[in-house]
Amino acid sequence: MAREATGGALVVAEAGPQALVQDHGRFGVRHLGVTQGGALDWVSLGWANWLLGNAPDAAGLEIAVGGLTLEAESRLTLALAGADLGVRLDDTPIAPYTVFVIEPGQRLVFERPVHGLRAYLALPGGIAAAPVMGSLASVMREQLGGLDGQGRALSKGDRLVARHAECQSRRLDTPPDPAAADVPLALVTGAQIAHFDGASLFEAFNRAWQVDSRADRMGVRLTGPVLRCRLGGMISEGIPLGAVQVPPDGQPIVLLNDRQTVGGYPRLGALSPLACARLAQCQPGESVHFAAVTPQRARRDYLAQLARWQ
Amino acid sequence: MSQAPTPRLETVAMDALMVRLFSRIDEANMPWTLAADSALRERFGTALIDLVPSYTTLLIHYDVARLTHAEARELALTALDGLAPAAASTAREHVIPVWYDPSVGPELETIAARLDISPQEVVRRHCARDYCAFALGFAPGYAFMGLVEESLATPRLETPRQRVPAGSVGIAERQTAIYPMRSPGGWNILGRTAVKLFDREREEISLFQPGDRVRFEAIDRATFIDQGGDVTPMEER
Repeated sequence: MAREATGGALVVAEAGPQALVQDHGRFGVRHLGVTQGGALDWVSLGWANWLLGNAPDAAGLEIAVGGLTLEAESRLTLALAGADLGVRLDDTPIAPYTVFVIEPGQRLVFERPVHGLRAYLALPGGIAAAPVMGSLASVMREQLGGLDGQGRALSKGDRLVARHAECQSRRLDTPPDPAAADVPLALVTGAQIAHFDGASLFEAFNRAWQVDSRADRMGVRLTGPVLRCRLGGMISEGIPLGAVQVPPDGQPIVLLNDRQTVGGYPRLGALSPLACARLAQCQPGESVHFAAVTPQRARRDYLAQLARWQ
Repeated sequence: MSQAPTPRLETVAMDALMVRLFSRIDEANMPWTLAADSALRERFGTALIDLVPSYTTLLIHYDVARLTHAEARELALTALDGLAPAAASTAREHVIPVWYDPSVGPELETIAARLDISPQEVVRRHCARDYCAFALGFAPGYAFMGLVEESLATPRLETPRQRVPAGSVGIAERQTAIYPMRSPGGWNILGRTAVKLFDREREEISLFQPGDRVRFEAIDRATFIDQGGDVTPMEER
């Protein structure tokens, strides 16, 4: 809780396009129309937390694209993971997957994407704030979560306070690459897949898809071959994370953390959580492929990732 | 009461199953859906992460650290075995006061003109029956309710509005809903309510839950203002 915070603080000197406080997400509330939210690349947030000895789902900062400058009020140990956004501590470059100390008055600058799209910053014990419905995940559209509970992106003058003064930092010898090219996106097939025609199914899994510029925390559009589904109108139903829905224009939209809770377009299935994290690091214009997997396989890979943080 | 459904289970994600109960929208579905909702909640216990009921389905999101896909299927099948419809009394009832006026409900006149009836008659028909909250979605606390009288069924606006004010009451086809917060939207707006649909300071954060019954009641401008209503006219699109 915010009141227990004992750690140091960072002040936002320049806000950039979108920096959000995120944790693992908001759960048990979707029947009320409240979305899950949470870090899009939850794997990178998990690594940033691991580097400081935090719980994997402690609240950190998700920095999209760059343009953010933070200034330290007090001495703080921080960890960085995820995309390379050309981060500097005053004039010293800071590589992703490192732990470093920031002294009072020093500035941490996130410039622009060098590799990947979203960087994650962890503070000792996580960022202190009052959770809304069990989570600090910022959902701007729903005005829930974040520093003041209103879901806002960070703005100039905001203060990020660490929950703890101390941390147990760790080293990662071989840092992962969250934006590795040529990693196919694992898609658990199901939902309305039987209603797509054979040629469309062949193309869905054998052709490249381009990440469109229409991409945000609700979903990412992909462009490529036109997929045809025999289903006409559908009655709205619950939508899982990573759902690959195909509207009448035949171009899929992968639904991510801030998606609406119910919807009515046919779906091929859903990307695995690991594939969602990978997609969140793709820049517009990048090519991706789908690879069909069973839920058993997706689960094994997911649990293996969680085990790395034990 | 509709016939006992034969639930079908579909894989939809690594950690989610879809329970398909019906093939069409019908108020008679709801007692079965609610029964399935509570049976699944009880059976999954703490291995359940989220359960999203909708018109004809329930989406089960379960904890894969606790259950394999096969175990989740088995649990769902056991929970749904011998399902009996929930008693109607479990549904809560709400009466929502609405100021129906063209300044805050621009489609009141469009619909009246199309049917060649007075706006008052449109209001009378909208208030004449109670509605079932089939599903919540679109925004926190936003309930998809139905079914409105067939004559009032109106397609969504061709171009959605950028900003629909909080409390706006609208219809789309045979559904009706209230916007809990200002948001874009394409429904036909008839009026506005001062009732807060989503309020995290309140114990019942969302006024509506799936399965609730809702009736609208027409009030005048003065009463609407008394209740704290905002009379700012709706912006042009």
